[in-house]
Amino acid sequence: MQTSTVFLTLLALCAVSFFVARHRSRLVGMAGGGLTTLNSLPKHYGYMAALWAGLPALALFVAWLVLESTVLQRLVVVTLPAEIQAMPPSEQGLYYNQLVAYALGNVDASQVSEAQVQGARYYSELATASKQLKMLLVSAVAVLGGLLAVLRIRPDFRARNHVETIFTSILFICSFIAVLTTLGIVLSVLFEAIRFFQVIDISDFLFGLQWSPQMAIRADQVGASGSFGFVPLLAGTLLISFVAMVIAVPVGLMSAIYLSEYASRRFRAVTKPVLEILAGVPTVVYGFFAALTVAPFLRNLGESIGLSVASESALAAGLVMGIMIIPFVMSLSDDIISAVPDTMREASLGMGATMSETIRKVLLPAALPGIVGGILLAVSRAIGETMIVVMAAGLSAKLTINPLEAVTTITVQIVTLLVGDQEFDSPKTLAAFALGLVLFFVTLMLNIVALYVVRKYREQYE
Amino acid sequence: MNKDTFKNTKRIEASLKKRYARERRFRLYGQLAVLTGFVFLFILLFDIVSKGSPAFTQQYLKITVHFDADSLGLGASPSEEDIRQANFSGVIKASLRDMFPEVTGRSDKRQLYRLVSIGAEYDLRDRVLDDSSLLGERKDIWLLAHSEAAAYLKGQVSRDIPEAERKLKDIQMDWLDTLRDDGRTRGSFNTQFFQYGDSREPELAGIRAALQGSFFTLLVTFLLAFPIGVFAAVYLEEFAPRNRITDLIEININNLAAVPSIVFGLLGLAVFINFFELPRSAPLVGGIVLSLMTLPTIIITSRAAIQSVSPSIRQAALGVGASKLQTVFHHVLPVAMPGILTGSIIGMAQALGESAPLLMIGMVAFIMDVPGSVTDPSTVLPVQIYLWADSPERGFTEKTSAAIMVLMGFLILMNALAIYLRKRFEVK
Amino acid sequence: MEGSEKMTALEPTTYGAVPEEAAGLDIHDHTDVSDYKTIGSPFVDNPKMSARNVNVYYADKHAIMDVSLDIGENEVIAMIGPSGCGKSTFLRSLNRMNDIIPICRVDGDIKLDGEDIYGTGQDTVLLRARVGMVFQKPNPFPKSIYENVAYGPKIHGLAHNKAEMDEIVEQSLRRASLWDEVKDVLDKPGTGLSGGQQQRLCIARAIAVSPEVILMDEPCSALDPIATARIEELIDELKERFTIAIVTHSMQQAARVSQRTAYFHLGKLIEVGETKQIFTMPSHELTENYITGRFG
Repeated sequence: MQTSTVFLTLLALCAVSFFVARHRSRLVGMAGGGLTTLNSLPKHYGYMAALWAGLPALALFVAWLVLESTVLQRLVVVTLPAEIQAMPPSEQGLYYNQLVAYALGNVDASQVSEAQVQGARYYSELATASKQLKMLLVSAVAVLGGLLAVLRIRPDFRARNHVETIFTSILFICSFIAVLTTLGIVLSVLFEAIRFFQVIDISDFLFGLQWSPQMAIRADQVGASGSFGFVPLLAGTLLISFVAMVIAVPVGLMSAIYLSEYASRRFRAVTKPVLEILAGVPTVVYGFFAALTVAPFLRNLGESIGLSVASESALAAGLVMGIMIIPFVMSLSDDIISAVPDTMREASLGMGATMSETIRKVLLPAALPGIVGGILLAVSRAIGETMIVVMAAGLSAKLTINPLEAVTTITVQIVTLLVGDQEFDSPKTLAAFALGLVLFFVTLMLNIVALYVVRKYREQYE
Repeated sequence: MNKDTFKNTKRIEASLKKRYARERRFRLYGQLAVLTGFVFLFILLFDIVSKGSPAFTQQYLKITVHFDADSLGLGASPSEEDIRQANFSGVIKASLRDMFPEVTGRSDKRQLYRLVSIGAEYDLRDRVLDDSSLLGERKDIWLLAHSEAAAYLKGQVSRDIPEAERKLKDIQMDWLDTLRDDGRTRGSFNTQFFQYGDSREPELAGIRAALQGSFFTLLVTFLLAFPIGVFAAVYLEEFAPRNRITDLIEININNLAAVPSIVFGLLGLAVFINFFELPRSAPLVGGIVLSLMTLPTIIITSRAAIQSVSPSIRQAALGVGASKLQTVFHHVLPVAMPGILTGSIIGMAQALGESAPLLMIGMVAFIMDVPGSVTDPSTVLPVQIYLWADSPERGFTEKTSAAIMVLMGFLILMNALAIYLRKRFEVK
Repeated sequence: MEGSEKMTALEPTTYGAVPEEAAGLDIHDHTDVSDYKTIGSPFVDNPKMSARNVNVYYADKHAIMDVSLDIGENEVIAMIGPSGCGKSTFLRSLNRMNDIIPICRVDGDIKLDGEDIYGTGQDTVLLRARVGMVFQKPNPFPKSIYENVAYGPKIHGLAHNKAEMDEIVEQSLRRASLWDEVKDVLDKPGTGLSGGQQQRLCIARAIAVSPEVILMDEPCSALDPIATARIEELIDELKERFTIAIVTHSMQQAARVSQRTAYFHLGKLIEVGETKQIFTMPSHELTENYITGRFG
């Protein structure tokens, strides 16, 4: 494989630089009157040379990989007939992709035009040239870098500090990736969402009561207003999250209370990890459980008592989501309740309060801010949960508060809009990013508030 | 005893019964809550295991196959290419007709053919390719049963269901009963489940491709997330100055840990696929996205592990003239490594179970072929589960549960490893 | 508790007029107190609480060894001794606060008004309402001052209406001599008060249920001298209505507030007597060493 060959070559060049530099530093040292005259150990000069050889070349290599296809496309397209060059970008892209597929042998000649065949030939030439050039340039930069480092070896050169500075920078870059990720998320959803709002009015999106993106892909209805109303999605999301919280909060909180205040240490040591298995079950498994076991069960149960329950009811999805969140609420509440100082318990018990009175009247009120913070985190989880609702909730956006009906959620719509081959510029696809923006923003707010509340709560007792 | 206290004692005594009842009730609620959690867990596991275990047996029918060169459309000395093109499906049909000569009607015949899996013809083809002396022979061969027939043989379909509501008809059940009475049916461990990729036919579908896809994806995730996560943790714990940039990094890490996974999928789609034009459906992109997702977990747990290393080790190393970097890499990291590995394994387990962001970057394709590299189109185990769960056939429900069992098996292994490491770490 | 009856029968001979005999005991090896019988006068004529042959264990650790002691009606008894001597543990067994520690086991016989508090049919709720406790560190609930004081009466159902509750709260705060300082800020959180005020609030909270005995576990150890002085004054006033047992680290405090003093050493009750006598003429060498500051 081409990429790995270049990569291995690069590694080999780094190794060579290391050994050459180490050897030369020994020679330089000996010439100066023994190894002790060197500022750093020979291996540090080796590391330095290896870094000098590797880093710039690696940067070039990555840049090449990233830019290669774009540059190739530009170069090939200018040789194509004029009418092709006049095409709108999306059609031109399709035409070009076909050409590349032919060049790679994935498509046979019958499916492409003469111009494409010629283009493909040119493409192949360019691609081969690019590969060779890439190999050559990367190697050249590596050799040059290594050589430069080797030439700089002098007894008074502080190679160890030099290497450590480079390394510390690498460490910094690694931790800065977290910031870049957030930035990437914000930019990618914001950029596409802005394009969406150029087509669909933002107030129609935020306050519209109708969600039917299917209509908008028909050519005559592109941008038809009123079909991208976000309210029913929000309502559906909140309805399912509410059902989940109704299950998870009492069960999780009471479990935490029982395990931390009543249960023996032994019982707790066994029970807690077992219940935490629920947190480790992949969400797709919960989705399967919701769609194939819980939903039919609830529908049959409803039928038997004369209630009509939709086969993709919000209740089924919410119930299973609640089960998933139980251990989450449990662990958080447990941490929070344990943080209440023991002196509170003693004060209350010492006056003759029963354990439950102590819990209800002293511990829970004292822990309330922390527990609220924990519940906010759990709500944020529920809102962002995807697989359970994709598999067990409906697709039709209905504005209802009846949990027996089918509703849809923000995450379901994102998946529905983006799975399958969509054109990237249609409002339908862009709508997914607008939804993603809302989802990111809402969960971010919840998280920030929750983390702040929990931190303040902890500081109070520290 | 003064008057006040005497009055109070009476009042308290009077209220005691009610208060103790309330206490018992509260305690009971706690027990019920714990029990509820247990019951949910039990139902979930029981449901999966009971639905999935039948998938680990595969049903076979012993059919007397006549490798008739004419019906195969083969001449005297057929080349390999000829054999590949040969009409093995016709041979199976003819053999079935031979075994049940009383079947005459057109639609009845079609029902008869549907006892055997489509995969059986490829099985026969491979047998002939292996041993061309079979041609012209008449031989008893165990052929893979169709999923509906298999379901009946496993006792999952009963005659009590009205015929119109089931795919397998009464007449097919009669034939299967005959075969069973003749000792011509057999169930055996389903090795194909671990050898094949996805298929439209439930009895042929396997998780090999998805497993391989998961492996490649996790490989990329680990190769990126582990070094970056550990380096980031080292920087933040040991080198970072207290300033705005460090605060910004810390806030970002804490918030990323709580960002919904699907948002990472949007990032992957917009940045890696649309902007950098990396291949769709590839483990490479999946791995990158999952590594960004698991980074906060790895950083947070690695920091905790580094923090817990006793400062005396640092001082000892610094005292003998090691630089800060040498101290960290030679002395601190090796001690913190079990803790870091524990966190990383837990992060990897999360990544292994994750599916939502992978849907965004196109890893939901129907993949029959086992991917050979990180850039081949592939799917992963959780997404395969999602795809199968969507299929209406009963055979796929069984496969889904079986795939879930395999997935959960891996997760349990990973978590057990993490717990083992943590235990050893604690002993030190 | 089977042994306790036998011991009660032996009482006069074991604990009778001990001082002379004890003075003659050969106890030069003052760290060995393994077979020691208390000297002084552990028993009084009008006991509010009486402990007989109390043993307390934390898992395998024997924390209190065979302690017998009376607490007289409306007296203040101080329990002193070096840290780890078991004085707090003994105090906590008087209202069964040790019950909340799972590994803790109490043997022996402790009576309140002649009723065995560890007997069957006795419940901790009523006991703790009658035997209140004030802790080492002021621990007001994170609620308003009013709510803090009203907590006990509320859970025990001691007030029938708001007016009665207001009355109880005011009276308790007055008795804890805190009323004048907080009467205008009753709805402010109790945690906002100063340390000394918080401790008086905790005392007000304890006396709001009109207990008969108040146990104080080093109530001033976290307070400054001025706040300590106020608490000591308060204890002096409270002894009119309540029986008080106070554990303290400070010998001056014990001398100032108590009528009787009990000296504990390594889980044993070494010597009990009139406070004046203990501090002026201790009979036991250990007691003497402790109050003269040779160890502690």
